[in-house]
Amino acid sequence: MSAVQKIISRRKRQDFLFNIVGIACTLIGIVTLFALLGDLVIDGLARVDWEFMTSFPSRFAERAGILSSWVGTLLIMLVTASTAVPLGVAAGVYLEEYARRNWVTNIIEINIANLAGVPSIIYGLMALGLLVYQFHLGQSILAGGLTLAFLILPIVIVATREALRTIPQSIREAAYALGSTKWQVVRHHLLPYSTGGIMTGIIIALSRAVGETAPLITIGALTFIAFLPPLPVQTEAPFVSLEWVNSPFSVLPIQMFNWVSRPEREFLTNAAGAGIVLIVVTLSMNAVAILIRYRMRKNIKW
Amino acid sequence: MNAEPQIQNRLRLAFESDPSAKPEDAPTRIKAEAQSLNFYYGKAQALKNINLTFYENRVTAIIGPSGCGKSTLLRCFNRMHDLYADTRYEGKITLHPSEVNIIGAETNPVEMRMRISMVFQKPNAFPKSIFENVAFGLRLRGEDQRLIEEKVEGALQSSALWDEVKDRLKESAYALSGGQQQRLCIARALATDPEILLFDEPTSALDPIATSRIEELIDELKEQVTIIIVTHNLQQASRVSDYTAFMYLGELIEVDRTQKMFENPSNKLTNEYITGDFG
Repeated sequence: MSAVQKIISRRKRQDFLFNIVGIACTLIGIVTLFALLGDLVIDGLARVDWEFMTSFPSRFAERAGILSSWVGTLLIMLVTASTAVPLGVAAGVYLEEYARRNWVTNIIEINIANLAGVPSIIYGLMALGLLVYQFHLGQSILAGGLTLAFLILPIVIVATREALRTIPQSIREAAYALGSTKWQVVRHHLLPYSTGGIMTGIIIALSRAVGETAPLITIGALTFIAFLPPLPVQTEAPFVSLEWVNSPFSVLPIQMFNWVSRPEREFLTNAAGAGIVLIVVTLSMNAVAILIRYRMRKNIKW
Repeated sequence: MNAEPQIQNRLRLAFESDPSAKPEDAPTRIKAEAQSLNFYYGKAQALKNINLTFYENRVTAIIGPSGCGKSTLLRCFNRMHDLYADTRYEGKITLHPSEVNIIGAETNPVEMRMRISMVFQKPNAFPKSIFENVAFGLRLRGEDQRLIEEKVEGALQSSALWDEVKDRLKESAYALSGGQQQRLCIARALATDPEILLFDEPTSALDPIATSRIEELIDELKEQVTIIIVTHNLQQASRVSDYTAFMYLGELIEVDRTQKMFENPSNKLTNEYITGDFG
């Protein structure tokens, strides 16, 4: 074997070696994930049924359900989305399209990137001081929803800006050249063309918020709640009521946390059941995000 | 400024003193004129004291090597520079007959863009239907649906696209070929009856067949509108334009009838550029 061939075969061995190491590393990640999911399913799947979904928590494990916590999760997400989305999208559009580049916008930009990395419990502390004590919102759905809105606001802003940045400058110029004002460019072109990217970002942000526990515990979410908030629709005028936003709440991860910290083994099964529901919610939100992104990419290619 | 009459007469004098010029080459009424025009990107001066006249229903080509400022000059006309920070105009571009100073601080850029349309280097159709692409400028003006449909058809006919797309106006503009998209962009620019139509190297992204269709179109369109075209394709300038202006390093070197310019330029630099010695 010539010298060159020796070198080549040695390099091929290195290549092969790295291949093996790479596969091993990937497997560690995937196997761990599947083991966790599998464990959760084995422990809790039998517990997830209609009764589990429609029962209030109870001190008897076999009668306890997650009705109040999944309704709580849903309502909290409603408040979070309806505040974080308009605020975040508007801020993103402003920063990307309106703001002049100078040191002030640079500082704002750096801070938004940093805010996305602040530990969630810090948001909880801030919300406790500001929303609960200062604005007297109490330990309500409104306070909880706003807390999570603060938490995901930076993610929504960043997602909006990235989505806007993918629109080529030539499209903006085409719209301006026809005599559009800035708002008309945003309204008729930039927002419609970036909806896919913005929606994806929003859903991923919300799916992060769904699993948050720490900030909600900090502001005082209840762990045991055996009633539902008042209905948003009423039989007498004015038919709609926002009374529910002032109601106390619990959410799925807090319910899980509560059950896990109990000494009885049966409650662990309940926690696993609630965990399955939570994971299904998160994964289906991510699936919707992927679907939207795929469909939008198919329609608009620059 | 006394540069004004001098510049107005430059092309007319060139025409009158040239026995080979045909009557149809005669300058028409002045549509726009740049007077002592300077333009700056930050501290860098991109246009230096440009004095240039544009005539109604004539095609004026602006040629010159890359970075000479020809696109910069074109983009002054629809105030595209206003979209970017740190740009500054000096001097005047007067639009006749309304005598408005296009680059004046008191002039609203949006109004100028409504009156002066632009076709860009690469086809930049919106990801909307063919119809909505052409209709967009009219929708901005709040026209009613019947007028919009009428004008869209007219513009598509003027841009020689109507026969190809009349049965699929609702389809996405991106279903069209590159050349068709560029003609769609021309239709979009025409739909609003602009006073001047600006072309910024409109065929640089197109194949030869699509290019020749666009050139034919430019020749037809000058019946309805004043045209200014920037191109780095000299053959194109000689084929489509009535007058040609040569720019170099931000300065206007020479302007003349296109035929004269390409056969017998009076400036040495122009001659070198046209014969391919540089640029």
